[in-house]
Amino acid sequence: MKSNLKFVSGDEAVALGVRLARPHVISAYPITPQTIVVERLADFVEDGSLKAEYMHVESEHSAMAAAMGVSSVGARAFTATSSQGLLHMAECVHYASGARFPIVMMNANRSIAVPWSIYGDQRDSLGLLDSGWIQVYVEDAQEALDMMIQAYKVAEHPEVMTPFMVNLDGFVLTHTYEPVEVPDQKQVDDFLPMYQSTNKMSMDEPKSLCFSTSPADNQEFKYMQHKAMEGSVDIIREVDAEFGQVFGRYYHGMTESYRCEDAEAVLMTLGSVTGTVRTVVDMLRAEGHKVGVFKIRYMRPFPQDEVKELGKLGSRVGVLEKNISFGNEGTVFTNVNSVFSTLEKRVESKNYVGGLGGRDITKEDIRGIFMDLLSKEPFTERVEFIGMGCDTNE
Amino acid sequence: MTRMSDFNIRPKDLTDQEYFYGHKACAGCGATIAVRLALKVLGERTYSVLPANCMSAVSFIYPQMAFTTNAIISPFASTGAMLSGVAAGARALGIKDFQTVGFAGDGGTADIGFQALSGAIDRGDDIIYICYDNEAYMNTGIQKSGLTPYGTKTTTSPAGENLPGAVTHKKNMFEIVAAHGIAYAATASIGYPNDFLRKLNKAKSVRGPVYLHILASCPTGWGSKTELSVQLAKDAVDSGLWYLAEYENDEFKLNRNPKEFIPVEEYLYKQGRFKHLKEEDISVIIEHRDKKWEKMRKTWL
Repeated sequence: MKSNLKFVSGDEAVALGVRLARPHVISAYPITPQTIVVERLADFVEDGSLKAEYMHVESEHSAMAAAMGVSSVGARAFTATSSQGLLHMAECVHYASGARFPIVMMNANRSIAVPWSIYGDQRDSLGLLDSGWIQVYVEDAQEALDMMIQAYKVAEHPEVMTPFMVNLDGFVLTHTYEPVEVPDQKQVDDFLPMYQSTNKMSMDEPKSLCFSTSPADNQEFKYMQHKAMEGSVDIIREVDAEFGQVFGRYYHGMTESYRCEDAEAVLMTLGSVTGTVRTVVDMLRAEGHKVGVFKIRYMRPFPQDEVKELGKLGSRVGVLEKNISFGNEGTVFTNVNSVFSTLEKRVESKNYVGGLGGRDITKEDIRGIFMDLLSKEPFTERVEFIGMGCDTNE
Repeated sequence: MTRMSDFNIRPKDLTDQEYFYGHKACAGCGATIAVRLALKVLGERTYSVLPANCMSAVSFIYPQMAFTTNAIISPFASTGAMLSGVAAGARALGIKDFQTVGFAGDGGTADIGFQALSGAIDRGDDIIYICYDNEAYMNTGIQKSGLTPYGTKTTTSPAGENLPGAVTHKKNMFEIVAAHGIAYAATASIGYPNDFLRKLNKAKSVRGPVYLHILASCPTGWGSKTELSVQLAKDAVDSGLWYLAEYENDEFKLNRNPKEFIPVEEYLYKQGRFKHLKEEDISVIIEHRDKKWEKMRKTWL
């Protein structure tokens, strides 16, 4: 296969992936740090390398509403957002999944005001876990590009018909340059045929979409939506495996486990911090410590089988996340423990919250977490904020 | 040169085909007349977009759908955006010879859907946006909107010792929309169906965004007799409290210029929502009307 390496940012990798997926219409509204995605796509439409309609909408709410309009006639839609923008469109995010429109959206994970911050954490998308969208969190620019292609294939699968959100950590991923292999268009076209659906308004067979139901029917629609999302786990695994065969890059489906088999301490991660944790794992392994990292790729559907298998290994498990559900704990932690609770043997787990508002999570922070997990001392607290600076009592 | 009269449609030329029937709207509903007539003119190759409102609430109740043509409910604020999306998607798929029409109420247009409407006009999208104006949020139980007239009693603008009902006048949607430099905009009334039919026919031929604002009576919200719906929508125009006009190529045109208005009381006091109005309230209404007509007669004729 001819190599086509490009040195691009995460945002640019997303744009390249979207171009390969050939959406019919892009509805775009800018927000830092997503902007470069919609800028590059505008360039591609202008220079003719992407045959799509580029729609300037006046808000994120309209970006998703327009994307739903596009999908409602059976065309392929793309949009991208971040943070405040994702929350502004929240009504439409739920709407799209209920309507079973397989829209693909890139989200640049960014903190939520107040305090205002343009920097990354994952509170935006995790706040919409219950919106009925498939959510994947990628680790680097290559995975970002590849997932744009996989996303459409999974979302548009007749048994799935569920919108798909690809999450990139703001700045750490969106604005970091990396060498990226750009797949061949012909191969992508074969892998991802044009969208075909009966869930659309058509002139041959007119339909009323996005209707209302009485209490006599509503729950059945929600049940079907739930079953489709659950069933998407198999499709996600199949599509990833097929992608690996065609393009030579395989992402291990729902999760990726690294040196966990014999580990005494495992740290679970989401997104770009995984790379740093992997480096620390190698360093600690070289020092003789039995540690591993478990990357959660999909938050919805949740990787129940994989997390359960991890829980059976008997390691102490830390969950590192850039998120907090105020007054409780990190939501990733809640989801993980919910699966652990189904196991006969209790898994000792602890939540590490860090990186909020773009704060760096350093190798030292991660080393500290592993030492805490390896200490075998009973945990003194369930949730620990790592990398704290000033005294917050003042 | 095309004359406006070229777009006239004789009622007997309207198709017998019904594209909107079997809905659960109230007796005497003016909005359903607007939707029914619009679809008869626009034809069966039409995509309709309706936000959350009376028309969608009465016609999309699973499994009974009242539209025989393609139709979709949009989020409340999103009529304009979804219209654009539908049109763009259909265009991208190579679908030819179709119409995309929105049916939004007064609140869905002048309040919550205002931004998306402005965006759609700004883009120059080839869409038709119809605002059926029954002058309050009727679907939620008669609350005041930006198009509720002065002195209207609604459930959120009560009339009492201290207030005459709504204390603001109708937002000037027609001129606000025209200020975008829209391809074509017009006002209409279900009391003047021939005028409405002609404007629909014109809208069908226009390339670019079209905005039609039609006054549609609502017996439930107006506290009026169901058999008076069409008459009241006509009286509104004849008393000068509504007007029939058009905007195209930077020019406004007043389509109907009564020599004499019928007394506003004749229109107002047939409706429960205005029954409480005192003499001084009527004076405010007349003064506002006369100012508006002075301007229209000066520059729109």
